[in-house]
Amino acid sequence: MATITLLVNGSQLQAEAAADESLLSVLRNGLGLTGTKYGCGEGQCGACTVLLDGKPVRSCRTPAASAIGKKISTIEGLSRNGSLHPVQQAFLDEEAFQCGYCTPGMIMSAVALLQNTPNPTDEQIVQHMNGNICRCGTYPRVMAAIHKAGGKGK
Amino acid sequence: MTELEQHEIERLQYGFAVSRRDLFKFVGAGLVVGLCAPKAFTQESGAGFRGESASQDVDSWLHIAPDSKITVFTGKVEMGQNIRTSLAQQVAEELRAPLNSITMVMGDTALTPFDMGTFGSRSTPQMGSQLRKMAASARELLLDMAARKWQEDRSKLSADNATIISQSGKKIGYGELTGGQKLVKLIAQDPSLTPATQWHVAGTAATKVDGAAFVTGSHQYTSDIARLQMLTGKVLRPNAFNATLVSLDSRAAEALPNVRVIRDGNFVGVVAPDSEQAQKALSLLQAQWNAPAQPSETELFDYLKKNPEAEGGGGFGGRSAHIVGSIETGMSSATKTASGTYTVAYIAHAPLEPRAAVAEWTEDRLTVWTGTQRPFAVREELASAFHLSLDHVRVIVPDTGSAYGGKHTGDAAVEAARLAKAAGRPVKLVWTREEEFTWAYFRPAGVIEIKSGAKNDGTLAAWEFHNYNSGPAAIQTPYNVPHQKIEFHATKYPLRQGSYRGLAGTANHFARESHMDELAQALHMDPLQFRLKNITDPRLRAVFETAAAKFGWGKQRARANHGFGLAGGFEKGGYFATCAEVTVDRNAGEVKIVRVVEAFDCGAVINPNGLRNQISGAIVQGIGGAMFETVHFVNGRILNPHFRDYRVPRFRDVPQIEVELIDRKDAPSMGAGETPIMGLAPAVGNAIFHATGVRLRSMPLETKKLASK
Repeated sequence: MATITLLVNGSQLQAEAAADESLLSVLRNGLGLTGTKYGCGEGQCGACTVLLDGKPVRSCRTPAASAIGKKISTIEGLSRNGSLHPVQQAFLDEEAFQCGYCTPGMIMSAVALLQNTPNPTDEQIVQHMNGNICRCGTYPRVMAAIHKAGGKGK
Repeated sequence: MTELEQHEIERLQYGFAVSRRDLFKFVGAGLVVGLCAPKAFTQESGAGFRGESASQDVDSWLHIAPDSKITVFTGKVEMGQNIRTSLAQQVAEELRAPLNSITMVMGDTALTPFDMGTFGSRSTPQMGSQLRKMAASARELLLDMAARKWQEDRSKLSADNATIISQSGKKIGYGELTGGQKLVKLIAQDPSLTPATQWHVAGTAATKVDGAAFVTGSHQYTSDIARLQMLTGKVLRPNAFNATLVSLDSRAAEALPNVRVIRDGNFVGVVAPDSEQAQKALSLLQAQWNAPAQPSETELFDYLKKNPEAEGGGGFGGRSAHIVGSIETGMSSATKTASGTYTVAYIAHAPLEPRAAVAEWTEDRLTVWTGTQRPFAVREELASAFHLSLDHVRVIVPDTGSAYGGKHTGDAAVEAARLAKAAGRPVKLVWTREEEFTWAYFRPAGVIEIKSGAKNDGTLAAWEFHNYNSGPAAIQTPYNVPHQKIEFHATKYPLRQGSYRGLAGTANHFARESHMDELAQALHMDPLQFRLKNITDPRLRAVFETAAAKFGWGKQRARANHGFGLAGGFEKGGYFATCAEVTVDRNAGEVKIVRVVEAFDCGAVINPNGLRNQISGAIVQGIGGAMFETVHFVNGRILNPHFRDYRVPRFRDVPQIEVELIDRKDAPSMGAGETPIMGLAPAVGNAIFHATGVRLRSMPLETKKLASK
């Protein structure tokens, strides 16, 4: 175990981490940021998606050590001064979830998409979001929410 | 009947879970209203429908605080089906109180009255109507209280916005009426309910009551819960099903700091301060298992056919076939006949939140947080496993990351509790994805054989239907047939199996609605006209006609490599008809679902927003079972226990989806979490036939066969 410092949602935070511990594990267990979810541990479902320097990564397959010195953004850091991020608001407005377990990962992936592609086409959304599984099948509403947040997602 | 369905029909009875004193300790002063109505409920179709009436029993209760905040207690659980919102709407409606004044306390065995579980699409018709009655009774009680307080004629009083209003101009809030007292009123009357045509809160597209917690990540699922001094637990899994532990060398694992290994018979688990250490300890365990030879996937359907179970079969199974007229007479009167064998594979629920539990002992009392559809049954499991009385066990169900029928049992709860007992500290146990794909239970595989006959005018003459193992749900044909023999055959089966969204309704509709298309083809009739010719139920006709009209059935010609198909039926109080358009790439043997239209009728709609979400989601989930989901297994081992080799529907698989709701204000509100999934597979199979002339009779549809034909 070693103490590492991570820049999470704008704050320098210290956590104990084993040598090859995943970023997901450190976020959830070390830092208590449980909004990021474990879904498969294989990088296949997207529930653990966070942003590293603005790019979406699967935190379950990302060694925590590799995130040192990078800007880590999680679902907990999205809202500002009590108001939801436009993507969160759009998910809420469209009710683009059922059980909600995939939602933090979906939202983080969508935020990353809209940063580079403010008004994505359906095909761009499919291409970008295909790695995020929603077992409840709310994909059409997620598409609608991303379109709605489009242009306001920065 | 499957093992778990049998489990579900056990009748348990407990009364008021909380003593009066505890109750006020939890909610504070105010008015508590409990509904004591004779329960008459029917059970999930696993055992056929059995009406059972029970003694007077408190089903649910509500509390009105001095500030007019209302808390409702029900043993149902929320797992994404949006019942927390739709039940609150029904209470708000009858109580004449704002929706945002209502808090639902759900699925906590220490606080909520006993409930069988959240399954079988019973929450809306059963719990919904109970809560409506309770809220209406509470409203009447508040009117009585105000009339007494003001010495006024009760008929001059009305209730609105959590306030009693008198024609004389007086007003008093519900909370104020309770006067800070601790009042308990048990109500046994059957109040008159507000008709759906007059609903203001129920029947509207209210958004999820706690939606913000999900988009901010602040909602705590079981795996997000932390307790002081909590350890992480892991369980050592055998190398195959039904294996017994021959030997265990745990020295290397136990040499790790702060690690404990717990062995109890075949159960081996570890606890450690964190998941990294627990995983490391687990990997150091050296175990030898002895596993028996077991049937493999290649012999599955043969195995099911050749291994009948002497006992069981439920209402339709085994020795009690559903027989009308005589199949022989019917077949001899037919001018066209057809026969077909249909198969369905084992599939996994794969809820995105895997099974998880947090267990905490306080002396000889046990509290477990876990995502389950049956908190009271899990309490039973725990009490039985640890020889505790029921009142020493509390099960709390945080709103859960989906279940789809897959979370009826308390496996993770029992495992976590066993580890916590040994460790003397709270333990969290979260199944890995591989464990979830292997050690949960599966939707039963099955074989369905149909023989049928029809007359030249398109009327059905004979219908013989045999289902092996997949289950009896929705096994009866909704079509008029004078001669029928319908039989469910319980069999031995190779994998642990249990409930799945819609039970065998999907398998039975797949076989029946595929076969109806085959008969229509034999008769040279349009598939829609053939069905309508044999339906009298006006609600079933209406969903077919509504879906067909929206889809443009018969009005559009299929382009090259496009096909149109439809399917429909009735189950658990819901009527559905599904139309699908597909494109087929014959060279590659690939099918793409382009468009799906589904019409659905489940009586008076409580929440059209939530209902549309359920229907659309069921269509998407149905694509998995129709197109690619299969559990592969050899000799007691699962070969594809990961999302990389067990394909589930993703964004790219989603067609254009259109949902048509038929809101029947005059009909009781029924559940909708299950039935909308049933039409997708047969509609797609029929569309593939329309496009190619090739009939695929398996779930998932073996589209690769299209390439070779």
